[in-house]
Amino acid sequence: MKLHVRFDMVTVCKVVLQERLEKLGIPFELNTLGEVEFQDTITLAQQEEINQDLKKYGIELLDDQKTIFVQKIKDTIIELVNMDEKISSAKFSDFLAQKLNYSYGHISKLFSDVTFTSIENFIILQKIERAKQLILNANLTLTEVAWKLNYSSVQHLSNQFKKTTGITPTAFQRIIKMRRLQSDQTS
Amino acid sequence: MNQSPLHVLLADDDEDDRMTFKDALEEIRIKTRLTLVKDGIQLMDYLQQDDCDYPGIVFLDLNMPREGGIECLRKIRNDKKLKNLSVAIYSTSASESDIEDTFIKGANVYIKKPNDFTSLVKVLEEVITINWQYHNSDLNRENFVLSL
Repeated sequence: MKLHVRFDMVTVCKVVLQERLEKLGIPFELNTLGEVEFQDTITLAQQEEINQDLKKYGIELLDDQKTIFVQKIKDTIIELVNMDEKISSAKFSDFLAQKLNYSYGHISKLFSDVTFTSIENFIILQKIERAKQLILNANLTLTEVAWKLNYSSVQHLSNQFKKTTGITPTAFQRIIKMRRLQSDQTS
Repeated sequence: MNQSPLHVLLADDDEDDRMTFKDALEEIRIKTRLTLVKDGIQLMDYLQQDDCDYPGIVFLDLNMPREGGIECLRKIRNDKKLKNLSVAIYSTSASESDIEDTFIKGANVYIKKPNDFTSLVKVLEEVITINWQYHNSDLNRENFVLSL
């Protein structure tokens, strides 16, 4: 025997959300469909818990929280890269885990999911950006830049620079100088 | 993901190349939407519309009839509204000095057109990922140069 059912999806979703969130014991209010308002701020850990709990119903928190978290990761990396103190790359993972209070594995996976690149690549990109700034603005020699960014040698910096940008640091310096010269002439 | 797709524009006069590019772009992980134009004149007409939907990155073929890539690059860099666009030069081959010259003229990326599809996908993925970082991480676009 077959019986046929009809769903009202809006009611289904509302009831599921209502029941699950009540169960988690976080005070909330359902606004128009798709928006839940919490009376207090909820932590990332709580958001993760909600996400996990709702997943099996096919309900997913939108990515804003992920984007916010990735922004935090980026900010932390940028802060580290721009510190005057020398930092070894091994310390990056410890520092990130400590500062953001998650395992490095979790941080690293989330980062790749959102940005399509790895934390390691992002750190390299940031270091090379910092190297570019130093080469252009601080009048440091390549040796000094390498030391400041904790590369084991000038060769290592040059190689990573070339690998990341496709050109050598010297060519980069020449290009930007010529470019500035040219735009001074035309403007 | 709820990120809006990155708008990519390609100017290339060769129809086969345009189609290969389109297919390759569909293979990469970052979501994109593509606008195609056939030469430099069409490109500049597109970019100079009043209500232009500006691309996040423009790929320029060097050799196009009517108006080539270098001429477009010059116009883009001299136009207040356009000068911050990321521009990738897309060419069959070039010497080191040609590459350096295009960078000096303001290109951000130089790509030697790869011979096979797999390499093209790889190259595009790299360019778009890095370009995306420049969009989203407040990097100084003036220092954005990449040669592949």
